Amino acid sequence: MKELLKRAAKRKEATLVLLFALLCALVSLRAPSYLSGKNVNTIANDSALLVIASLGQFLVILIGGIDLSVASNIALVGMTMSLANVAFPGLPAALLLPGGSAMGAATGAFTGLLVAYGGLPPIIASLGTQCIYRGVVYLVLKGSWVTATKMSPGFLALPNTPILGVSSMVWIAALAAAAVIVFMRYTASGREVYAYGGNKTAALFAGVRSRKVEILAFVASGALAGLASVLWVSRYGVAQSETAAGFDLQTVAACVLGGVSMSGGSGAAIGVAIGALFFGAINNALTVVRLSPFYQMALQGFVILFAIVSNTLIDRRNQMKLAARRSV
Amino acid sequence: MGQTILEMRGVSKFFPGIKALEGVDFSMRSGEVHALIGENGAGKSTLVKVLTGVHRPSSGELLFKGEALELRDPTDARRAGIAAIHQDASMFPDLTVAENVFSGHLLRGRAGLLDWRAMRERARELLRRVELEVPPDALVRELSVAERHLVGIARALSEDASLVIMDEPTSALSLREARDLFRIVRQLRDEGVAILFISHKFDELFEVADSYTVLRDGRYVGSGAMRDATVDSLVRMMAGREMGQLFPERPALEGAAERPAALSVEGFSRAGTYRDVSFELRSGEILGLFGLVGAGRSEVLRSVMGLEGRDSGTVKVFGREARIRGPRDALKLGMALVPEDRQAQGLILEMAIGANVTLPQVADLAKGPFLNPAAEAELTKEYGSRMEIRAAGWGENAKNLSGGNQQKVVLAKWLATEPRILILDEPTKGIDVGTKAAVHAFVADLASKGMSIVMISSELPEVLGMSDRILVMHEGRVAALFDRADADEDSVMRAALGADEERGAAS
Repeated sequence: MKELLKRAAKRKEATLVLLFALLCALVSLRAPSYLSGKNVNTIANDSALLVIASLGQFLVILIGGIDLSVASNIALVGMTMSLANVAFPGLPAALLLPGGSAMGAATGAFTGLLVAYGGLPPIIASLGTQCIYRGVVYLVLKGSWVTATKMSPGFLALPNTPILGVSSMVWIAALAAAAVIVFMRYTASGREVYAYGGNKTAALFAGVRSRKVEILAFVASGALAGLASVLWVSRYGVAQSETAAGFDLQTVAACVLGGVSMSGGSGAAIGVAIGALFFGAINNALTVVRLSPFYQMALQGFVILFAIVSNTLIDRRNQMKLAARRSV
Repeated sequence: MGQTILEMRGVSKFFPGIKALEGVDFSMRSGEVHALIGENGAGKSTLVKVLTGVHRPSSGELLFKGEALELRDPTDARRAGIAAIHQDASMFPDLTVAENVFSGHLLRGRAGLLDWRAMRERARELLRRVELEVPPDALVRELSVAERHLVGIARALSEDASLVIMDEPTSALSLREARDLFRIVRQLRDEGVAILFISHKFDELFEVADSYTVLRDGRYVGSGAMRDATVDSLVRMMAGREMGQLFPERPALEGAAERPAALSVEGFSRAGTYRDVSFELRSGEILGLFGLVGAGRSEVLRSVMGLEGRDSGTVKVFGREARIRGPRDALKLGMALVPEDRQAQGLILEMAIGANVTLPQVADLAKGPFLNPAAEAELTKEYGSRMEIRAAGWGENAKNLSGGNQQKVVLAKWLATEPRILILDEPTKGIDVGTKAAVHAFVADLASKGMSIVMISSELPEVLGMSDRILVMHEGRVAALFDRADADEDSVMRAALGADEERGAAS
């Protein structure tokens, strides 16, 4: 047990957990209800979508890229699935979850193909598909909304069905996190993603196929965005042209908060999940302490930067200790 | 030779748990080229870092031009007149030569604005001094490595440096480029600049250095005039070992001529890189592949392995024609390539030793999609301990290892695939004498057990000491093929320089 704790303390994510605890303690002083069961549930619910989408972004960042099409993917797939629900209300709504993932996987694969075969840098390829996907949403909806009144009750209940006192949305996020953790830690493909992100040339020499890894990362990002999108539109009861606008950067921030290196090759899925939860906890805290909404955005940015900077500094200090030991 | 310009007295540098330098006394005169010699880990880098203000010594003092010198950061060192030209030539590739020369101390004119005209003119002057014929407006990206070194020297000159530190300046230079560099180094010396020269290559130390200091395990071992030293005496000081032990005894290959070919390369050509290269690797032999940097040796072998394209050429593996489209195909045929640049091509620095060792076959070891930690651990342990990798554990990240141990990880990784044909590209580049000897012994042992090995090397003694036959390339073509018995330094070097070819053309 002691050994386990020691090992845990050495990990990058340990700092984040400490910061998280610090935030909770500070906010609780001001608003004791912050850590009540009810509010913790709210935080989990509010973070679930970010957890899911960030786990996809995580794979793209791991290979040294960035996926800017996450938000418009959510808008496009979310719209399509809600329209499908409106058109076929008799279809079991739960089928739309795998349906959304599959469609997201396809839209993600398109971006991945542009990277793998078109030779585009991920940031450019996903910027292009971001515009295309969002553009399609504009074309189809022409400014109109798909509202809750048109959606089936089963669809609207998708995210909110309680199972053992926790909403289905949180369960789905937890399952997604578990799946990504297992994939990255315990499969050969996951190992190849890390290898490719860590050093593309060395990975190539070792027989890792670059195109496979690139497409895989974008398919994962798209599939998770697609999964999140179904929960998104059913939770908020609306699909419109601005759905999830600005969400890309939140997923990036969650990854960085979770200790994922933007240069690729290092970071853990568990860190990303914690990072996304932390992000949700910050937003919630700002509401709980009754801060004027006008301050919220700026303060949110400040807290995130603070967390990232302290995380980086502590990590760098550890690195320097190591480097010093070695440079003899 | 001038007066003493630098003196270190009892300088120590301690890191948590490690004494990197311990009570080192060291002095240099102006107008001399002083070689700093020692194995990797002997303390050379730390000494340079102390001199350039990167590390502050734990104890001891520095005297520069007769005065006590305290360096708080690299800027202090530069102001004092100590300039370092680093291995990887820390340059800005997308800036011009002039901008690089004056980076960190840009010339200013009126109103504090940059005076580009003055900088360009002054740069032109400095470039003339280092005999580099490029315009000050050329981008550094477009220059060769050798030219970049000269720009580095021009930068040192622009700061009126009286002590210039050159850390492995020739590691990426061809012989001719190195000669040019040495001429400039001597010229600087004659102008009174002190040059601290670090290199692993003895031949160039004897060529360019006036005096030397040897470090071992962070301690001063001795110093003296280069003309009084011999390779043997220096190696003894560095390692406490005789030169004769450097290469393992290898009996002549039995029935060499009748041995079947393990690998036949026929008619390999790629426009602008190599032309009509053919050779045969006999089973169980070590074929040394010698040539100057840029002769196309690594490129040919990378094409053989399917890592790079080619215009024409066929490969036969044990007599059968093979289509190798990449490392996976090569792996199936029992071939492995240990690349030249271990950090860039060989290792995933952020990954554990174990994950690095098993990477080429991680998918084959896996059970379905899932990793097989037991099989991976076994493989890592077997080859890791065979290579005697020194690390806290197999879970440690590759980036935390020393250069020699990193090289062992790369070797372990490819040996673990149990190849029948092994291609080694500069297997001992930049590693210390001790590890070098271990690698040589290991390679000889592999060959004696029947492995067929191509060893690309730029070090003549290594090629002569290890190979059964020696293939020499010059400017993209096969220049000569020697049996070990017929090869000597002179003939191999002549072939590599293309000297015989020119003579042939003249007659």
